[in-house]
Amino acid sequence: MDLHVTLHGQRHSLELKNPVLTASGTFGYGAEFSAYGNLSSLGGFIVKGLSLEPRQGNRTPRIVETTAGMLNAVGLQNDGAEYFLSKTLPRLPWQHTAVIANIYAASVEEFASLAARLDTDVRISALEVNISCPNVKCGGVLFGQDPDLAAEVTRAVCEHAPHKHVMVKLSPNVTDIKAIARAVEAAGADSISCINTLQGMSIDYRTRRPRLANIIGGLSGPAIKPVALRCVWQVASSVKIPVIGVGGICCCEDILEFIIAGASAVEIGTANFMDPRASFSMVQDLPRLCEECGITSLQELRGSLKLDEV
Amino acid sequence: MKAERCVELTVLDLVPFGQTGSQPLFYALRLSSPDWQQWAPGQFVMVRPFSFGLEIPWARPLGICHLDERHLICFFQVLGRGTRRLAQAKSGDKVLVWGPLGNGFAMEENTPTLLLAGGMGIAPFVGYVHRHPQPWNLTMLFGHRPPLDCYPVDSINERITMDTLRETIPGDLDNLIFSLEERIKDNAEQNGLVLACGPMPFLRTVHGFVVKYKARAQLSLENRMACGVGACLGCVTKVRSNSSKEEGYQQVCTRGPVFWASDLVLE
Ligand SMILES: Cc1cc2nc3c(=O)[nH]c(=O)nc-3n(C[C@H](O)[C@H](O)[C@H](O)COP(=O)(O)OP(=O)(O)OC[C@H]3O[C@@H](n4cnc5c(N)ncnc54)[C@H](O)[C@@H]3O)c2cc1C
Ligand SMILES: Cc1cc2nc3c(=O)[nH]c(=O)nc-3n(C[C@H](O)[C@H](O)[C@H](O)COP(=O)(O)O)c2cc1C
Ligand code: FES
Repeated sequence: MDLHVTLHGQRHSLELKNPVLTASGTFGYGAEFSAYGNLSSLGGFIVKGLSLEPRQGNRTPRIVETTAGMLNAVGLQNDGAEYFLSKTLPRLPWQHTAVIANIYAASVEEFASLAARLDTDVRISALEVNISCPNVKCGGVLFGQDPDLAAEVTRAVCEHAPHKHVMVKLSPNVTDIKAIARAVEAAGADSISCINTLQGMSIDYRTRRPRLANIIGGLSGPAIKPVALRCVWQVASSVKIPVIGVGGICCCEDILEFIIAGASAVEIGTANFMDPRASFSMVQDLPRLCEECGITSLQELRGSLKLDEV
Repeated sequence: MKAERCVELTVLDLVPFGQTGSQPLFYALRLSSPDWQQWAPGQFVMVRPFSFGLEIPWARPLGICHLDERHLICFFQVLGRGTRRLAQAKSGDKVLVWGPLGNGFAMEENTPTLLLAGGMGIAPFVGYVHRHPQPWNLTMLFGHRPPLDCYPVDSINERITMDTLRETIPGDLDNLIFSLEERIKDNAEQNGLVLACGPMPFLRTVHGFVVKYKARAQLSLENRMACGVGACLGCVTKVRSNSSKEEGYQQVCTRGPVFWASDLVLE
């Protein structure tokens, strides 16, 4: 079965050999998993969030296990864009699969500079814009929580990365995700990925202390799958650009559910921690499951959710 | 064929250690063998019983005690929900295992080497003592709270002399701290090597004396781990690079779990 997917963007399309991508922050820079499968077999991988300058990240403990999920407050530790371009990228199989750079900044200007820096590098297939981060100039409100701010960031990145497919990654921590989705679409986004983590907290009743040094963190893993499915369905129903589903995906059955909800492709996150072969196995198993279910084309499956007429 | 680094293994048996009532808390876990040709004492595996399902997402890091073509053996103590569920494993159950992970302890044949273990921190030294070509250069101090027979001490006792200190009343802790200081000081004077593994308070004490007496020492850290392969950046510890004196976070799972004490900034 042909698993090839084209993400038809408004500005640029992105070709993927299959719909299975790995989610930012859960797959390192790819190399960490090369002992567990063939990186080139993936539809693509989205690298750990990059910032213009290196970042140390948050204090520890940064992660805590929860029921069917986990919280993280890693604080976007990374070596910075320059180091990534000169040292990390040359070792990645960018000729064979899509390498997508996930970007993060604290101001619209910084997003623009980062986009410009990455735009000219042909080894990068697309940019995924993480807008689930605080805007330091606006009292720390998340870019992704305000349709105008989200649109402003999207516009800046599209303008400064004229050669790249721009995917905007939405936060589920909002009142109306459809409004944010429409705003970034109107601002030029080529595709939308959702969801980023949900804000959560864990407390140790014995010590009466939070289990994360950062007090709150982002919830991910199988526990958030229903929320992610809901967001994908709502977003896919309100925009024309392709949607990439993320959140709690652990097996091929989950992938099919996201595609039925309207996703064109998916990202595998926390499942990579539960089994380092997870993403590779899903690429392998997907055709067999489709065959079993009588699915001949992913395109035909996409958005095929059956609803009763009202 | 290249050996698979992540394999589905079968539980051969699970043997409780020591007399800890009707609910034993210490076990030797014997698994079918992964085809790994090489491993070093101090390295570990991520162990995820199939019984974790989706409810318990992370595998548990356990030190490799023994590995050959017949089996892989780990020792573990029941602490929370994951090890509690692991303790319910039956022969024939499946577990997902990936490894061998991390770097392992330095092994210097002719150097007087002091092994310091606190509680289950003894686990990696089982393999270390067996692999060491000149075990007469090894001495060991083992501090523990539960009875000695809860721990895999027999195979160590066969090869080296081990001093044990059991902590039952608060005063015993002072004894342990006193002995640690004395032994580390001695070892530093012989220009030896100190290797330590145990809970954080234990390692902090060791680290303090190691700095004080300028001993050459390695500490094995037990940080919470999600992936074990360097990707999640959850297990990090603060490290000072020797050349630049700059501080930064490094993954314990891939850059450790064993670190030179002189590089560590324990927070
Ligand atoms: C490199 C390394 C080697 C280890 N080797 C051994 C060994 O050989 N034998 C042994 O008994 N134990 C060992 N440990 C500690 C062991 O991993 C923990 O005791 C175990 O993960 C606790 O899980 P739980 O489900 O009982 O606790 P829970 O409290 O339910 O665990 C919640 C989460 O915190 C983590 N966690 C809790 N306590 C610890 C701890 N002390 N260290 C690391 N993570 C922890 C768990 O892995 C889990 O992800 C090792 C740890 C590391 C990092
Ligand atoms: C440890 C960790 C680090 C993450 N880092 C990033 C990041 O740097 N940038 C980003 O956009 N999302 C990051 N995420 C969010 C994931 O990419 C993903 O959106 C989220 O975990 C939901 O998917 P999952 O349930 O499949 O894990 C991170 C998630 C985890 C667990
Ligand atoms: S456990 Fe994930 S980076 Fe170490």
